[in-house]
Amino acid sequence: MLPFLGRRLLQLIPTLFFVSIIIFGLQQLLPGDPALIMAGEDRDPEVIAQIRAQYRLDQPIPVQYVYWMKGVLSGDLGESMRIKQPVLDLVLEKLPVTAQLAAMAIVIALVIGVGAGIVSAVYKDTWLDYGANIFALWGISTPNFWLGILLIFLFSVQLGWLPASGYVRPSEDFSASMASTIMPAFVLGNAIAAILMRHTRGAMLQVLSSDYVRTARAKGLLERSVVLKHAMRNALTPVITLGALELGTLLSGAVLTEQIFTIPGFGKLIVDAVFNRDYAVVQGVVLVTATAYIILNLLADLAYVMVNPRLRG
Amino acid sequence: MASVTATDTIATADTLHVESPARRAWRRLRRRKGAMVGFGIIVVFILLAVLAPWIAPDDPLKQSWSLVRKAPSAAHWFGTDEVGRDLLSRVIYGARASLSAGIISVGIALCIGVPLGIIAGYLGGWVDALISRITDAMLATPFLILAIALAAFLGPSLTNAMIAIGITATPIFIRLTRGQVMAVKVEDYIEAARAVGNPKWRIALFHILPNILPPLLVQATLALAAAIIAEAALSFLGLGQQPPAPSWGSMLNSAQRFLTNAPWMAIWPGVAIFLAVLSFNLLGDGLRDALDPKER
Repeated sequence: MLPFLGRRLLQLIPTLFFVSIIIFGLQQLLPGDPALIMAGEDRDPEVIAQIRAQYRLDQPIPVQYVYWMKGVLSGDLGESMRIKQPVLDLVLEKLPVTAQLAAMAIVIALVIGVGAGIVSAVYKDTWLDYGANIFALWGISTPNFWLGILLIFLFSVQLGWLPASGYVRPSEDFSASMASTIMPAFVLGNAIAAILMRHTRGAMLQVLSSDYVRTARAKGLLERSVVLKHAMRNALTPVITLGALELGTLLSGAVLTEQIFTIPGFGKLIVDAVFNRDYAVVQGVVLVTATAYIILNLLADLAYVMVNPRLRG
Repeated sequence: MASVTATDTIATADTLHVESPARRAWRRLRRRKGAMVGFGIIVVFILLAVLAPWIAPDDPLKQSWSLVRKAPSAAHWFGTDEVGRDLLSRVIYGARASLSAGIISVGIALCIGVPLGIIAGYLGGWVDALISRITDAMLATPFLILAIALAAFLGPSLTNAMIAIGITATPIFIRLTRGQVMAVKVEDYIEAARAVGNPKWRIALFHILPNILPPLLVQATLALAAAIIAEAALSFLGLGQQPPAPSWGSMLNSAQRFLTNAPWMAIWPGVAIFLAVLSFNLLGDGLRDALDPKER
């Protein structure tokens, strides 16, 4: 296990290095003088001079990168031009909101996706299977921002059951917090549920046709016991680790979902930063997201190896 | 009996010889209802996009203050928007932005991704290591977040959105092509091509590329679906097609503000995105099965 972990950690170094180059390189895409663009409407020469000094724009690009990277490694992701706050503080402030949303979305995705996948495999080629497959296609093909708008129309405008926007922290009022996040969490979880359903169905079909399941049936076990105890446990292992790879979908989805439901999380932070031309925040959010995604992928890989002794090598 | 079998065998061999791989794939694809439904919807969308000036009942940009937020009626089948523009006409013209964004961005991804994938897979060594690590880094950033960041730095416009989506979709094609090339390059026919003195570029272009096309075609179809959603998302955020030009994503953005008194504004553009994405997903799934050599 340790050699595997060591190998994977070593592989991360070049990946993180190139991620940093891509994110730093974004700045070079700005047309014209980056200092003028980053200053936005504020054309105060002092501000422009401060930006030039902060980003060392008068230095060659590789030197700029080295200084930027030094800052990043010491936890300095720059400062928001608009809010005048360190980017890292902003990110850390918004992170719990998105984490709550993501956790709820994962639970919804697991319940719906895994449930539908098991039913679909057990009742293969029946209407239940067709229904689950249609659900999966619907989930994959529906843009989450449209689904969000439809849910607001139904549950907020028509029925008046849930708030259309806003966010309440669980520590302030738990039930109000759930009410403000259940729709966005469902929107986020919907697409992942569809993908999980497909993975679960495939894995369950494979397991259900294996010898040990046939043996369990031959012993006279109840079908429910065969499916839930013998088949599901083995089928779910790869599904959950594959599902972890969908965290990118979750993070991407959060951008739009938080925008629609006006939830002050990570996604809204990047969109607001884009509109305010707060480029340091955009870079900071992308960097933190990419790093989080890489770490989560590593954890998914480790989990997969832990449950598959043959891969430990 | 033996002679009958022999004749049958010859006849079958002849039939197999006559049927090209493309024709065989098309025959298999036609058997898949879902794929054919998807294909049919795509054809309809292409026709709508191409024939928009002749089909659309109205000018998609024409505003009318006497027609502000009118519900669907015989005169305006999909209703009108917040400045009195005909929604049906805007949905029809919106197909142009979505389809062109899908095709051009996937085209960009193919044009960059396939050559780099071939180079990485065929040459190996440090070139492969370098391309693969850059690919890993790009794949490490969630698709839409990278596309938003690129579009933000390039500036909001449909062209820049297409470039951003294209670049973001490129690493998937690099990785897929590289893997396919590595599997194909050890085949005997590649060895034979090398033995008769073909240069590397010729082997890559005429011997390897034709043999890795099927999985690339499947991936390109599925990437089209992802690119259409991404363009709609960027336009929804104001980073794609700029108003007043019609785009399904930007139509949904303005619809959000009028959900209480004009909900129809949110229905049709969403249905259009859903159908377009669904059709490419259905076709992609069907193509994957039809082009799978194990399926007979």
